[in-house]
Amino acid sequence: MKPVNFDYYAPTSVEEALDTLAELGYNGKVLAGGQSLIAAMNFRMARPGALVDLNNIPELSYIKPTPEGGLAIGTMTRVYAVEHSPEVAKRFPLLPEVAKFIAHPQIRRRGTFGGAIAHADPAGQLPSISMVMNMKCLIKGKGKEDRWVDAPDLIIGPFMTVIEPDEMLAEVVINPLPARTGARYEQVSRQNGGYAQAAVASIVTLDEKDNCKDVRMILMGVGELPILSTKASEILVGNKPTTEAIEAVAEEAAASEIDPATDLHGTAEYRRSITRVLIVRSLTEAFARAEKGG
Amino acid sequence: MSQTFPISVTVNGKVYNREVEPRLLLSDFLRHDLGLIGTHVGCEHGICGACTILFDGEPVRSCLIFAVQANGHEIRTVESLGTPDHLHPLQQSFKDKHALQCGFCTPGFLMTLVPFLEEHPNPSEDEIREAIDGNICRCTGYEKIVEAVEDAAAKLSQAK
Repeated sequence: MKPVNFDYYAPTSVEEALDTLAELGYNGKVLAGGQSLIAAMNFRMARPGALVDLNNIPELSYIKPTPEGGLAIGTMTRVYAVEHSPEVAKRFPLLPEVAKFIAHPQIRRRGTFGGAIAHADPAGQLPSISMVMNMKCLIKGKGKEDRWVDAPDLIIGPFMTVIEPDEMLAEVVINPLPARTGARYEQVSRQNGGYAQAAVASIVTLDEKDNCKDVRMILMGVGELPILSTKASEILVGNKPTTEAIEAVAEEAAASEIDPATDLHGTAEYRRSITRVLIVRSLTEAFARAEKGG
Repeated sequence: MSQTFPISVTVNGKVYNREVEPRLLLSDFLRHDLGLIGTHVGCEHGICGACTILFDGEPVRSCLIFAVQANGHEIRTVESLGTPDHLHPLQQSFKDKHALQCGFCTPGFLMTLVPFLEEHPNPSEDEIREAIDGNICRCTGYEKIVEAVEDAAAKLSQAK
């Protein structure tokens, strides 16, 4: 058998899951889709003393419209369900676009939306997308008041979040995007479903004069953690998103905001170079979509 | 040996009641406990796709699910498709189009593609290639696999 021994708990309600997590403390770990965790356990890189399996809690699986016009997604909703949800496609077309890049179809059938975010793999698409979309994460713990954490504050390091051992991510809320907002994800990897050599996601909003009103851009695979660009808003906000302005963002962000590594799959110079290209592609398409109404 | 859990799981229409350790992978349960060795294990960390099975009708990696999690669920493996005398149409197409060389990856490809063809009766080549991007053929015989899927799709839609 590949993983080391562990104790197994299969609660059937959120309350029971939180009781179990509180009892186990540092010994316990939440099992969501398991598409990263079980792989790590098979390598014995992860050796949790006990798993609290959330797969028998149907109440954690849903995609619900919020009164504000956004969506609330239950933590155990499969990535495949998000990828194919008309509700998601209508409000946040960026998500199905990104989902195609997440591992493979069989992994997306089982892997969960909340699990991927809580796993905080810096190479994972969903942690980055949760950050660039500023998703709101609901954290529950036994005897604790529910707390909401913005995704950029949730992820504090590679595979590290502010979720305590006795807590779990229960729901993710995505607030509606303003009018005239467009988004685009761009990625380069060696093969479908492989790790990104570099990737860029942009979300931009235009004002009534076609100036850039807001821009959020995240750079992935080119640093220890995904990087939310500040150069993009410095250069673009209040101005026309001309080809020159977009190229200036690409130049400056690729020069000063990223810290790519050299490894078997590519050199730092190569990653810097494709980041520059992906920023131009991502912003150009995002603005084109914003112009068409998003 | 750690604590064991009783599970009741339906595999290819038959109910099995067994005691399992939590750390037993579903792939190993199928092969070692049930003797259903049609499900192959390659990488055992979710990359190669050889161990793909249907879990409540959905194609998933059996190496990334614990057997204990299959309790109360319905599993289908490659053994459920056809027999040597009566191959499943997709198996027949794999045979006709020489879509297998060593055959190690084939069960995973088949179990990925059977539900795919149900959902996409007339798939484009791009759709087929996307559907199998999570399955590795170490003989690199992808051209023939794509041809076999196209062949099976044509046969299956004619039969309807």
